[in-house]
Amino acid sequence: MPTVTYLDHAASSPTLPEATAAMVAQLGAAVANPSGSHTAARSARRVVDDARDTVAKVLGVESGEITWTSGGTEADNLAIFGTGRGAADAVCCSAIEHAAVLTPVEYLGGRTVAVGSAGLVDLDALADTLDTSTRLVSVMAVNNEVGTIQPIEAIAEVIRARAPQAAFHVDAVQGLGWLDLAAVSSVADALSISAHKVGGPQGIGALWVRRGVALVPRALGGGQERGLRSGTVPVALVAGAAAAIEVTAARREATVARVARLRDRLAEGLAEAVDGLSETGVVGADRRHKVAGNLHVRIAGVEGEALLFLLDAAGIAVSAAAACSSGAIGASHVLAAMGIVDDEPTASVRFSFGHSSTDEDVDHVLDVLPAVVARLRRTGS
Amino acid sequence: MCSTCCPRWWRDFVGRGPEMRVLVAMSGGVDSSVAAALLLDAGHEVVGVTMRLWGGESDTGCCSVSEVDDARRVAHRLGIDHHVFNLGDDFDRYVVEPYVADHAAGRTPNPCVECNRHLKFDKLLRRADALGFDAVATGHHARRVRDGDRWRVARGVDAAKDQSYVLSMLTQRELERTWLPVGELTKAEVRARAAAMDLPTAAKPDSQDVCFITRAAGREDFLRRRIPLHPAEVLDTAGTVVGAVDAVELVTIGQRKGLDLAGGDARRYVVDVDVAARVVTVGSVDDLLQREVRIRDLVWSAEPAEGPVFVQVSAHGEVAPARLTGDLLRWDMPHKRVAPGQSVVFYRDEFVLGGGIAR
Repeated sequence: MPTVTYLDHAASSPTLPEATAAMVAQLGAAVANPSGSHTAARSARRVVDDARDTVAKVLGVESGEITWTSGGTEADNLAIFGTGRGAADAVCCSAIEHAAVLTPVEYLGGRTVAVGSAGLVDLDALADTLDTSTRLVSVMAVNNEVGTIQPIEAIAEVIRARAPQAAFHVDAVQGLGWLDLAAVSSVADALSISAHKVGGPQGIGALWVRRGVALVPRALGGGQERGLRSGTVPVALVAGAAAAIEVTAARREATVARVARLRDRLAEGLAEAVDGLSETGVVGADRRHKVAGNLHVRIAGVEGEALLFLLDAAGIAVSAAAACSSGAIGASHVLAAMGIVDDEPTASVRFSFGHSSTDEDVDHVLDVLPAVVARLRRTGS
Repeated sequence: MCSTCCPRWWRDFVGRGPEMRVLVAMSGGVDSSVAAALLLDAGHEVVGVTMRLWGGESDTGCCSVSEVDDARRVAHRLGIDHHVFNLGDDFDRYVVEPYVADHAAGRTPNPCVECNRHLKFDKLLRRADALGFDAVATGHHARRVRDGDRWRVARGVDAAKDQSYVLSMLTQRELERTWLPVGELTKAEVRARAAAMDLPTAAKPDSQDVCFITRAAGREDFLRRRIPLHPAEVLDTAGTVVGAVDAVELVTIGQRKGLDLAGGDARRYVVDVDVAARVVTVGSVDDLLQREVRIRDLVWSAEPAEGPVFVQVSAHGEVAPARLTGDLLRWDMPHKRVAPGQSVVFYRDEFVLGGGIAR
C-alpha cells in the first residue's frame, strides 16, 4: 500500500513547497550557465550567489567560504581529502561517523575515536588520539542512526589543547534543521550540509571551509566555485536548497518543540505497548543528547527485516539502520561502536521526524507496531 | 485497527482474500524471473525477494549487487514489489563454514544443497509465513506434484535441466508451501517466455558454479584463505608412491586430472583420500567401484523408503538401482564410489522420495 506515515526524514525529507517553487522558477527558459557572461547567465549567477548568501547566514559564516557540492557525501570527501592528505595517521574521526566520512578517513589510513554506550564521543579517547601531527579531525554534529548530538564545543576545546594545528571538520548533515549551526561553525573549520534532509532537492549540498584553511580540490576542470569544485553549478538545485534551508531555519525552534512532543509521545507509547523495547542513544530516560527528530528503538526477539516489511505493508516508512546504497539492511557500525551486541534477533528501528510529521503519524505507528511485533514473536521470525 | 487505510494488512489479521500471496525467490536469473511472471499470470498476488547471501567476491553467484539489480528490474517490469533480505549471517553459518570444514576433513560438499536446506526452504519459508504469505516459489527446474495424498518433488519437464536432485530435503511441511512453477516448462520455453515479455534477464547465461567462489581466484584460493592446505603423497593401491598433490583437501574421489602422476598409461582415478595421513590413493576404474555406501542425515519427503530404490549421486548424474536397508545402500551392480559429503537422492519413477549425504 502507499506510504501514509512517513517517518524517514533522516533518509530524505519530502520536498517543501517553497523549494519546489524556487526550483521551478529556475527551469525552462530560465536555464543558463551561471559561468557565462550574457544576461541570462548573469541572472543565473545571481541566483547562485543569493542562495549562497542565504546558506551563509544560516551557518553564521561568510558567503565566500561556501562551496556547492552534489551533496553531503561530496562535501565530506572534499573536506577530508582536501585537508587531510599527508602522514597516514594524520586524520581521525569518531567511530560512529557516516560512511561518507568513515570510508575516506579509513582510505587515508586514519584512526577512529571511541564513543560511549550512549553514542557520544569519548573526549579522553579523543585527547589520546590527537597529537601535534594530526592534520584533520572530523566529528559529526548529530549521528544519523541514533540521533545523538555530539559535544562539538568540548571536542573543539580538546583539539585546541592537543592539536592546535589540526583542522576540525563537522559533518552537520543531520544537524541542519535541528541545531543552531552558527554555534557549531564558530568552533569548527569546516562543515558539510545536504539539502534533501530538510525538504530541499536531492543532489545538492555544500561545504563551508573557514577562510585561511588550505583546501585542495578533488574535481579539476573549469575552475567553478573558486577552483574548489569544478563543474557547472546546478542553478535550480541551488535555488531549491537555499529555499528549503531558509524556511527550515526560520521555523527551526517551532519545529523542534512540535516534533519533540511527537517523538516523546511515540517513545512513551511504544515503551508502554511493547515488551522488550529499549530506546537507544539515551541516558536513562534523558533525551537531552538527542535531536528532536530521532527515535531509535531496539525490539528484542524480532528480526528487523521482517518488522520493516510488515510496517511497510501497513504504510509506515521507517529505516532499520542508516539508509545506504544497497537498499538492504546491514550490520550497523554505529550500534557496534556503542557496544550493543545481540544474543538474539533484535530489530533496530529508526523513526525520524520532520516538517511533515503529525500526531496521526504517531497514532498510526502506535496502532500497528505492537500488533506486528506480537505477530512476529508468535511466528518466530 | 486500520481496515480502511490498509486492506492487505487487515486481511493478514482477520482472514484471507481470494487470491494467494506468493513470495518468489528471485535470484536475478531467467528461471526465477519467469516463475514470478507465471504466478502473476495465474492471478496470484506476487512479491519478489532477493536474498543477499554473500558479501565477498562473486562472479557467478545469485547474490551479487548486479544480480539484485537484475531481479529488481524484472520485478519493476512485471509491476510487482521487490524486497531484499540480507541473510548473510545464516549463509556463512549453514553454507560457507560447513563447506570449508568439509574440505578440511577431505569430504566433497554440496553447498547448493545446504543453501536450499537452510536458506531457501527454511529461513525464507519461515519468514514468508511470518509476513503473511501463503507460499514461497523458486525458479528450480522441478515440479511439485501430488502422489496420492502426498506432495512430492518430481523431475522437471526438461530432463537436461532437471534440478530435483538439489530439492531432496523437502518434506511435506515445506512442500505444502513451496511452488515450483517453471518445472512445467523446458528451458527453451522459459527463455522464450522471458523474451516475449521483454524481461531483462531473458538472455542471461545459466549460473552453474558455486556462487561464493570466483572463476578468477577459484576454489583453492578461497580455501587457502580460510584453512591450511597440505601437500600429500599419491600412492597406488599397492602402496607405491606414484605422485604428489599440493593440497589433499582439494582432492575428490573419482578425480583423474591434476594428480601429477609419473609414468603408466592406464587411466587412474582417486579411490581414497585420507587427509589426516596426507595420502591420496589412486587405482583403476575397477578399484573405483563400490558395492555399498552408508548414508547419513536421511530426510524423506513423506514415509522413509526401504528396499529397492533408484539412486542419483550427482546433479546431472545417471540413476542406478540399489537396495536401501536402514542407512546402508547396497548397489545392484558395482557403482562408482560416492565421494563422502555428496548428496545421495532416492527416486521412485519421477518422484523424489528423499535423500541423504554419503559417509
